[in-house]
Amino acid sequence: MKHMYLKNVATLRLSVEKCLGCGRCVEVCPHEVFNINEKKALIKEKDRCMECSACAMNCPANAIAVDSGVGCAAAVIMGWITGREPSCDCSGGAECC
Amino acid sequence: MSEENHCCCSPAGCCASESVTAHDKKDKWVTGEIPMSQGSVPAALTKLNFKDILGAWKVRWGIGRADYKIIPGLYAVGNPDHTSPVLVSANYKLTFDTLRKELSGLNCWLLILDTKGINVWCAAGKGTFGTDELVNRISLTGLPGVVSHRKLILPQLGAPGVRAHEVARQTGFTVIYGPVRACDLKTFLGSGFKATKEMRTVKFTMWDRLVLTPMVLAQSGKTSLLVFGVLFLINLFAARPFGLMDFIAYAGAVVTGAVIMPVLLPFIPGRAFAWKGWLLGLLWTAWLVWLNGWFAPGFLILAIGYILILPALSAFLAMNFTGSSTYTSFSGVIKEMKIAVPLIALSSVAGIVLVLINKLSL
Repeated sequence: MKHMYLKNVATLRLSVEKCLGCGRCVEVCPHEVFNINEKKALIKEKDRCMECSACAMNCPANAIAVDSGVGCAAAVIMGWITGREPSCDCSGGAECC
Repeated sequence: MSEENHCCCSPAGCCASESVTAHDKKDKWVTGEIPMSQGSVPAALTKLNFKDILGAWKVRWGIGRADYKIIPGLYAVGNPDHTSPVLVSANYKLTFDTLRKELSGLNCWLLILDTKGINVWCAAGKGTFGTDELVNRISLTGLPGVVSHRKLILPQLGAPGVRAHEVARQTGFTVIYGPVRACDLKTFLGSGFKATKEMRTVKFTMWDRLVLTPMVLAQSGKTSLLVFGVLFLINLFAARPFGLMDFIAYAGAVVTGAVIMPVLLPFIPGRAFAWKGWLLGLLWTAWLVWLNGWFAPGFLILAIGYILILPALSAFLAMNFTGSSTYTSFSGVIKEMKIAVPLIALSSVAGIVLVLINKLSL
């Protein structure tokens, strides 16, 4: 069963002019958001985007932009309380050095 | 050599003359060492023993989860040589175990990055499974001298932290993103690094969701002790207004939000997690109220109070499951929370006032 989250919220943007058609975005996307059509990438299912930024990080042409962040309510609440950027730090993990 | 003498961030760098990876010799999963020109490389077993399985069970319940890690560096599986593939992974022990148990009969190298004991996907999101760490680890382990090819196989879920083209530019190694799940690795390696669509897609099966629930339950259990403490104090000073049925009502709402909602996730109507939790919480509360006959005049304030508190509690716990899910976006969570959090807060406060009025006026 395909999971679907809220509609029309994902901040994913693709610049077709910059796209080289290498297909890295199709390769790294965990939710099949992209397609390659006539040697250009295409956003097929924007509502399935979870803003992980794998595509944007790995796009050699800088053609993809997304406001990434942790999709985690607990992290957002911690961010509100501490006034810091929400990060998934629920496991603690104190640095040693 | 003592471990305390050097900083834990660079254990691989300190003893390259003896061992490429300063692994713990007591670890049962190390089967031996493979001698190389730059030092010996520890070889990892592809079977899990009782201690590994017990360890996995413990971290699923949140016990010692923050410190369940192995020393980063280069490891061997089977009897690899300079042509064998290099698989890159994280140093969370649960991740490492999941990976090595899928590699029986294969000869390969494992390049384990220092992700501070966090799994690949979360570490990639934080950037610790990232370009810099990968580039560093390649040079710290002397990987260019270990293999003659220049290919690295990364788990696909490491991609949010890694710029593949940047790694290639800095090290000469080409990044190939392998399948999402370790269990597909054998097929992937056997087919000349071809991943099917199926291998590239993240799933979130009922079993995947179920194994996450003990962690949520353990966390809410800790907070619940606080609630019980307060109720106990009220019981001490007032004429024991809270009883077994109140405990059942509360515990049921927690289980509904933390276990039932995640398990039934795609089958509950709606999309927002808080909404899904609230809906199930309402069913639970309505059933309980009806069963106890609290719709009667004398109990109406209690019934309304509980209908305000309990579904809100389930909604809150369900909303927190967004962090465990594999498909919620940051923008979506923010949108959901802007509506849900004020409603949950208002509803809970109003409900608590009503329940206290009912309990303390009797």
